[in-house]
Amino acid sequence: MWRKGVNAVMLATTAAFTVLTVSTLFLILGYLLYYGGRSLDWNFFTKLPLPTGEVGGGMANAIVGSGKIVGMAAVIGLPIGFFAGVYLSEFEDKLFGAPVRYVADLLNGIPSIVVGILAWSLVVVPLKSFSGLAGSVALAVMLIPIVTRQTEQFLREVPLSLREGALALGASKWKMVATVVVPAGSKGILTGMILGIARISGESAPLLFTAFNNQFWGGGITQPTASLPVMIYFRAVSAYDDWHRQAWAAGLVLIAMVLTANILARLVLAKGVSVPRG
Amino acid sequence: MATSAAVQAPAIRKETQTGDMIARLIVFAFAASILLITAVLVYELWHTSALSRHKSGWGFLISRVWDPVTEEFGALPFLYGTVVTSAVAILISVPLGLGAAIFLSELAPARVSSALTFLIELLAAIPSVIYGLLALFTLVPLMRIYGGPFLKSTLGFLPLFKGPSYGVGFLTAGIVLSIMTVPYIISVSREALLAVPREQREAALALGATRWETTWQVVVPYAKLGILGSIFLSLARALGETMAVTMVIGNDPKITASLLSAGHSIAAVIAGEFSEATTATYQAALVELGLVLFGLTIVINGAARLMIIATTRKGSKRP
Repeated sequence: MWRKGVNAVMLATTAAFTVLTVSTLFLILGYLLYYGGRSLDWNFFTKLPLPTGEVGGGMANAIVGSGKIVGMAAVIGLPIGFFAGVYLSEFEDKLFGAPVRYVADLLNGIPSIVVGILAWSLVVVPLKSFSGLAGSVALAVMLIPIVTRQTEQFLREVPLSLREGALALGASKWKMVATVVVPAGSKGILTGMILGIARISGESAPLLFTAFNNQFWGGGITQPTASLPVMIYFRAVSAYDDWHRQAWAAGLVLIAMVLTANILARLVLAKGVSVPRG
Repeated sequence: MATSAAVQAPAIRKETQTGDMIARLIVFAFAASILLITAVLVYELWHTSALSRHKSGWGFLISRVWDPVTEEFGALPFLYGTVVTSAVAILISVPLGLGAAIFLSELAPARVSSALTFLIELLAAIPSVIYGLLALFTLVPLMRIYGGPFLKSTLGFLPLFKGPSYGVGFLTAGIVLSIMTVPYIISVSREALLAVPREQREAALALGATRWETTWQVVVPYAKLGILGSIFLSLARALGETMAVTMVIGNDPKITASLLSAGHSIAAVIAGEFSEATTATYQAALVELGLVLFGLTIVINGAARLMIIATTRKGSKRP
């Protein structure tokens, strides 16, 4: 009896813990929908931020700025991550394979704020100004190991028979990889890339002292650039109710983008493929 | 590894070999850039913090003074805050995460398990600034009005729950961190539990063990290295977490036993003060804090990855 009692109690506890964890997701979404939904209006997407104390305005520059920073990070990070992943899966050699894989995992685990320091000393210090480019470099460094490991995992899932077929037809190894293996794993690789971009687009810590912030449209990539996550932070910790309202609205927009990307990538694109996580 | 070793391009013509050679070189160059980036990161942290390292030496780690005006910099209050908040986070998230992982891998029907796992992965995808935003406007007032007074009236005899509480502080930051790290513990532990061979469970059940006894005395010990790896991985995340912590910890470099008190952390002070640091020594001190944080997380992560590699390798051997 006693053992059965313990059994029932412990099993129920684990179920309760699961429910508790999952319910935080709905709690977070509920709060954001309620407060963010009340604060979100058309001006948010079309207007610039107003000076302190004035009610209204929007974050059009931060939305565009986020797009610029993340887009540029993707241009830098995706090719490096992709080819490194191809190396690990297809061209790995005994000497460097394991270290590259291990270091990629370590790089993935380095706090984003430390990556920010790297971008600061590589880009901000020489250019003597905060810039969108510096923010992109920081985000690219975070993106590379994610894309590398995901690309590797998905290429490894390509069946041996496909490779053998290509080789039997006389294809050289690089032709086999380029025309058979990569296309076969392309859905998964694309999923990994989208998830990686979704992850970096929510980052604010490495942007605080690289891309910094901007109340205006800002110029090119060498100017300080506003972004949604950084705006949320500065608005949330400010002392003005109207700015808090804007933080909620921006939070709702950010989470909508990140979760949409995640759901699309995991459910639609990678249907039936298990998505590895680092 | 097995696939690339098994499939060797036949050396029919010389030109195909040159093509392979070039392709190999190209992808290797990209892979090597990961090693290069990491090396540059270490070099920059070391090089940029030189001014501060030479000025205060090892004393940096044990000094309690942080005064940008007189240019005296000590890391101890920040180190303390980082360690305390992460410890609180792990104390909460390990039982919660392990329990949920057990439920998902051992008990829930496959469809329920995969649906819940999907939701938990979404939880892990939520940006940290969003956690900070929510915690600032919901958890902080809750802790100020209910949590703090309640803990003081019931456990106030402990030094952990003494003194004034304003809602922000070590405990609040620790709770937010625990919510953020639970998804990592769950998904890595779940994978470690799923890698335990079926025969282990069947043998225990056949000997008359209950479901819980099977899980707790057979399956969990078998996967313990992977579970430990997941805990270390989450610990490293908690140590380096920036935005959510800086928004709720109070940003006050203090060392007190009270968890209700406001504090500071390494990541939070870098985030808060770096863009305002004007003098070279001030910047170098913040970079040195970054170096300390880097060292801390790299050791813990390094250990975690080795443990996870060890268990998944063990698991992949099953028939």
